[in-house]
Amino acid sequence: MSVLKREQLPLRSSSDVVVARQKVREWSTDLRFSLVDQTKLVTAASELARNALDHGRGGQMTLEVVNGMSKTGLKLIFEDNGPGIPDVEQALKDGFTTGSGMGLGLGGSRRLVNEFSIESELGKGTRVTVLRWK
Amino acid sequence: MERIPILRMGSFLLITIQVDMHDKLAMQLQDDVTARIADWGATGVLIDISSLEIVDSFIGRMLANIAAMSRVLGAETVVVGMQPAVAITLVELGMSLPGIRTALNVESGMELLYRTTAVQPGVGDERSQA
Repeated sequence: MSVLKREQLPLRSSSDVVVARQKVREWSTDLRFSLVDQTKLVTAASELARNALDHGRGGQMTLEVVNGMSKTGLKLIFEDNGPGIPDVEQALKDGFTTGSGMGLGLGGSRRLVNEFSIESELGKGTRVTVLRWK
Repeated sequence: MERIPILRMGSFLLITIQVDMHDKLAMQLQDDVTARIADWGATGVLIDISSLEIVDSFIGRMLANIAAMSRVLGAETVVVGMQPAVAITLVELGMSLPGIRTALNVESGMELLYRTTAVQPGVGDERSQA
């Protein structure tokens, strides 16, 4: 899989989440994703960016346009330096929440993309990678 | 501070969300709506989200909260104008907004409010001018 384009944005405040959403919209429009696919990507980005901010004490989002097996996709990586997730399987279940949310963030955003992976280390932070193919 | 305007029409409140909402703005709206219901004795709240390009779980929760708080204060809430792509995404995300009345557009939302609150069109308007 080759990376054709990359950009990184900070996630330090709730206005950064808005900027992150706008950037994902811009890139998915440029890649000519359908409106529904754009909406899914932007919504997933919004959930994951907020997670990084609320649970991970902030971090960053990396956008990548990737090419693999003659397909183009948009990959989003959310990294934080927060406390990490003790039980990833549990955190992916609908309704699981430690905060004031509805517990749909992780599990819900997984359903909005084609590929989803999560790496978390206690005391170090969490990295969530999502990818949607065109 | 930036705020989402709340208009009054008779005994109803009309809210059009036109900005890409950050979380603090959403929280502020929740406070403002409940305060206006109490101040003005509103019996209906219509929220137009046709300009919203996404509804994520945070905004979904805010809409559900407004509907629940309004109901406790004696007002019905109708959310109108959701874009089809937003509806598809929201359901796949796992939120079908139970407990929130919805309508396709402002017109049918107003009809629904008139029906459910039993306010006759025009009656509330006269009262607001008095």
